[in-house]
Amino acid sequence: MNSELSPGFTDAVADAQSCFRSVLNAMARPGHIHTVSGVSAPAPLCDAAAAVLLTLADHETPLWLDPAATPAATWITFHTGAPTVPPAQATFAMALSLPDLANLSVGTDEMPETSATVILQVASLTSGQRCILEGPGLREPKVIAIDGLPPDFIAIWQQNHARYPLGIDLILCAGNQLTALPRSVTIKDASPWPM
Amino acid sequence: MNDSVRPTHPDPARRRWMAVLARAKADRIAALLADCGDLPTHTIIRGPEGGLVMVRGRAGGGGSAFNLGEMTVTRCTVRTKTGFVGHAYVAGREERRAELAALVDALMQDQTRTGEIESRVIAPLERQQMDRKSHRASQAAATRVQFFAMQTMRT
Repeated sequence: MNSELSPGFTDAVADAQSCFRSVLNAMARPGHIHTVSGVSAPAPLCDAAAAVLLTLADHETPLWLDPAATPAATWITFHTGAPTVPPAQATFAMALSLPDLANLSVGTDEMPETSATVILQVASLTSGQRCILEGPGLREPKVIAIDGLPPDFIAIWQQNHARYPLGIDLILCAGNQLTALPRSVTIKDASPWPM
Repeated sequence: MNDSVRPTHPDPARRRWMAVLARAKADRIAALLADCGDLPTHTIIRGPEGGLVMVRGRAGGGGSAFNLGEMTVTRCTVRTKTGFVGHAYVAGREERRAELAALVDALMQDQTRTGEIESRVIAPLERQQMDRKSHRASQAAATRVQFFAMQTMRT
């Protein structure tokens, strides 16, 4: 028995479609922030991370779950049916702090789309470490501020971006907001420039 | 899933009452529940939602598995105010039936209610189902043809 089990999306079809569109737009326009609704997440997940999992994960997408997110494991398995696997085999990784990207699948030259997508829960998408994003989908460089990334994130990301077209995609979630950093984007430190 | 793996619920008692509920009609469950006094309110965790499951069979019961066809199944999961989670998978598209079956499954897990729900809901349903089954079996048995000639030839 699990008395903590709580519902998923209020409206399974409409909420999942709306969240899917948010993720799609976030990937197409890196760094733009979208708001999702329709789910009340189980601790320690934030609403946006739970919504992304409900939308994208199913029995065909092996999931790696951050040990820190274990209290939500029952909820995730019940609603998505996604099998939990070690990082190397995962299609999605649900993380509360940036995992070692070297452990995750970056895809193959023939099938770069088989790489892992990391759903990373952070403290805030509107304050904290500021970065400049450039790349496909951005007409001009975009400044973002994220609280909850490791200090050496820009170096880690440079390594990931250098493997393009292989590499990891990142969906950042905080509260009910999400944004995405696809592997195609370059990230620079924005601290020398004002907002 | 591997053919040789037959997942079974570790609790045979729960398997029994879930099987009884899966065969019962919604109106019948509702009528029997009405006699059980105050029931805790429940919230829906998932569904009721319809879907398809593949029914598999084995020729002669022992051959390799083949896909017989798909059937409609409605599932539902509820949680009672008292914190018990009940599941139901029922054949067909009747959502109310799945919800009621899930509710009774949740109530049955509550030790303080098991006895009452068992005697007032599960037992009558099971008796009715058994009666119907034996009635049909006896009807079929009455028309049974004994092929004496073939039996004699085989021996």
